[in-house]
Amino acid sequence: MADAGKTTKLVKNAVGRLVPTRVNGREEVAFPGVDQYRPSGKKASPAVRSNADYPKNGDKRVPDLLTALKKCGLADGMTISSHHHLRDGDRVALEALQLAASLGVKDLRWFPSASFPCHAPVIDLMEQGVVHHIEGSMNGPLGDYCSHGKMRGHGVLRSHGGRWQAIQDGEVHVDIAVIAAPTADPSGNANGVQGKSACGGLGFALADSMYADKVIVVTDNLVPFPCVPWQIQGNNVDYVVEAASIGDPSKIVSGTTQITRSPDRLKIAQMVAQFLKVTGIMRDGFSFQAGAGGIALAFVDYLRGYMREAGVKARFVRGGSTKYLVEMLQEGLMDYILDGQTFDLDGVRSMGTDARHIMTSPFTSYNFHGKGNIASQVDAVVLGATEVDVNFNGNVVTHSDGRLLHGIGGWQNCLYAGCTILALPSFRDRIPVIVDEVTTMTGPGELIDVVVTERGIAINPRRQDLLDAVKGSALPVRPIEEIKDEVEKICGGKPQKARLTDEPVAVVKWVDGTVLDTIWRVEE
Amino acid sequence: MGTAEVVAGKCGEAGRMGKDVRSDCHVTVELRSQGGVAVELKSRVGAFYGDAIRAQVQSVLRDLGVAHARVTVTDEGALPFVIAARVEAAVRRAGAGEGKKSLPEKAAHKGGTAQDRLRRSRLYLPGAEPKYFVNAGLHGPDAVILDLEDSVHASEKDTSRVLVRNALRAVDFGAAERMVRINQLPMGVEDLEEVVPEQPDLILIPKVEHAKQVIEVDQAITQIAQRLGLTQPMWLMPILESALGIENAFAIATASDRVVALTIGLEDYTADLGVAKTKTGEESLYARLRLVNAARGAGLQAIDSVFGDVGDMDGLAKWGEQARALGFEGMGCIHPMQIPVIHKAFAPTATEIEKALKIVAAFEEAQAKGTGVVSLGSKMIDAPVVHRAVKLVERARQMGIA
Repeated sequence: MADAGKTTKLVKNAVGRLVPTRVNGREEVAFPGVDQYRPSGKKASPAVRSNADYPKNGDKRVPDLLTALKKCGLADGMTISSHHHLRDGDRVALEALQLAASLGVKDLRWFPSASFPCHAPVIDLMEQGVVHHIEGSMNGPLGDYCSHGKMRGHGVLRSHGGRWQAIQDGEVHVDIAVIAAPTADPSGNANGVQGKSACGGLGFALADSMYADKVIVVTDNLVPFPCVPWQIQGNNVDYVVEAASIGDPSKIVSGTTQITRSPDRLKIAQMVAQFLKVTGIMRDGFSFQAGAGGIALAFVDYLRGYMREAGVKARFVRGGSTKYLVEMLQEGLMDYILDGQTFDLDGVRSMGTDARHIMTSPFTSYNFHGKGNIASQVDAVVLGATEVDVNFNGNVVTHSDGRLLHGIGGWQNCLYAGCTILALPSFRDRIPVIVDEVTTMTGPGELIDVVVTERGIAINPRRQDLLDAVKGSALPVRPIEEIKDEVEKICGGKPQKARLTDEPVAVVKWVDGTVLDTIWRVEE
Repeated sequence: MGTAEVVAGKCGEAGRMGKDVRSDCHVTVELRSQGGVAVELKSRVGAFYGDAIRAQVQSVLRDLGVAHARVTVTDEGALPFVIAARVEAAVRRAGAGEGKKSLPEKAAHKGGTAQDRLRRSRLYLPGAEPKYFVNAGLHGPDAVILDLEDSVHASEKDTSRVLVRNALRAVDFGAAERMVRINQLPMGVEDLEEVVPEQPDLILIPKVEHAKQVIEVDQAITQIAQRLGLTQPMWLMPILESALGIENAFAIATASDRVVALTIGLEDYTADLGVAKTKTGEESLYARLRLVNAARGAGLQAIDSVFGDVGDMDGLAKWGEQARALGFEGMGCIHPMQIPVIHKAFAPTATEIEKALKIVAAFEEAQAKGTGVVSLGSKMIDAPVVHRAVKLVERARQMGIA
């Protein structure tokens, strides 16, 4: 890496991981243990503005995004942010960066809430020096680029809640926030539930709209004032751009969600639902969180059957909303859907029409530097992982070869649920998922309660209450070491350790902004 | 994907590769006269098991007596027993390794067998698709069938034989009975030579029409077993798939002591009759009833065919319940999701179990009193009814529902 500084000092943090003390030129705090760090100081505060500097008629439209960026004073070294509610159908984030290139701007920090394959061309912009580094999840080609040490700055991986915390605490200062909005009015009020590019909520752009120096809203569905409902407040917006299209609708949300048909995954999903039933976590007024696909969604199908049988109603369910959650809401199996991100058209429709389907934001759901959040109030959450080790530590960001693979999403924030369940196959093709030690620490084992695999259920010894609750049941509860031994036998031994150098290319932050682990450059 | 024929006895390839392939590999072996064994490996798990795979290929070639070769492996996460099978098959196709084997490590086999064990569900596993093997037992079928016959393409018969042999040895199928469906004779004898040494519990013989086919398979198994000193029982289940087979059902059922059950192949049977196969099965009712009668007459289990529509669980449940009512004790299974539906269909109801328990209690009471007459209330219970009740209770206990 050109200028990351090979002489970065490393310290061992509370989970025994070596982490740098400076990241992108900023002093960092090494992870001191779960709930040990206390922030100090005040929240970030944008400058005070005056109506006198804004159009009195509320019409903030400018001809195009290029004009808006120029008027925002886009300059070298700035931080440009974007959200990922348009998923792999997004056009706006890349366009903003490409326009910066056309203006000859250099050394930008791109701060997306997540990136997708459609953002692969950012690699060219990094090669050209337009983008200095990315702080946000880096999928596929972007992750590989970073893993091979080609990015000039350090990558920083944060959870959804952690990104809010970073903006709120002033850890990351956003110069220009570019907000793609499926519907907006000329004064900048915007929502994601209406318009041809509807995506559901816009929560990932909320902090950007409140704290960034300049805010640009780009929409392909301009409506006369007022845009109702508004999730982004026009009072925080500087410029509005009307575009022909902000993204490819077919890639923004899926037409419909299909539960996995894989018998192995369905078996694990059924075991998860049985676990919730047997332990009594499933009871009247309980709450849970479901994912968008795979096992983390499939268990919902079994659980709703058990809920119907037992006459149980959930108080709320957190999503990733999909048609399955919407069906349950309409059937009366829960009082509310508290939604962070909408994955299909049924979810979008429901959010737009059903008063019990509530839009939340990373502030209400996940932010750790506040007076509580929703995620910690959820009774049970079902998550995936790339690896889990015998101490129940979890990894979601790299594979066992150390290469960057995923972002964190809300995964870390969800670990604070009453019962955190990782539901995953014990090995994928010939790659063990249950390992001796996770390649990258993304979540400490003390917060991970249960691991459900096709070969059995492992319960964290810290949870004597859960161990007691499953006694005498037919559930295949086993020590996690035993599952790992079985996997190693099937795969023909322990896997080789990842071949990594001692050069940090990125860091993983914990929900409180402290540094949990390091991503090392991979050997060629 | 496709595999090449042996070229001048010097080169052989086996296995599959391609972007949709998982848990399998493709191996090319080029024999040479010197230079030792060179292994070129491209693997999606290279970072985790690259060294282990290279070492394994060397070891397999040593077992097969090949000292000089260039081996290319394109791997998509194949487990060790699969890699070994593909390498061995490629070596054989190159014309080497005659009479030698490279056997993987033996897994502990917990599944037992017994002449009359539960055979409600038999899960078919295509013998050329290793990705389905390793988790098959976890879905709880009463038996797994490693198939060498209809689900394996003609060009893959030789490679699948080695793969199935390795699977029998190395894969833990849990509590399931381990079955192999061999090819029709004479190819079936080659299959037996390869798999019998790994002691499968039961051999399914396809398209049986005459008792002598059963006798031939029986004798082949006995010869191999005697030669190798194998002592575990190996049963036979003839599959009747034609009008002639159904006609000869009883003779086939009584052809050998190894026969424990009869089953039917409805696709081929209806084709033989020249009729359409329906979901309600009127066209095959006679054949199925005849099979049940012949099986019971010979003291064997009657096992029904598979239900082909994996999406229709209601249809499957109805078929299974009707099959049970006709006297079948189980049926074939082509997808793990069918297993719980089949087990439920073949389970006696709570009412039936309760009634049977009462009859058994009455029987035991009569025994204790020394009377020959068993009565329940005002009703006299005949011996065959008692026998049926005892069997039902026993079965229910095996199923874990009584």
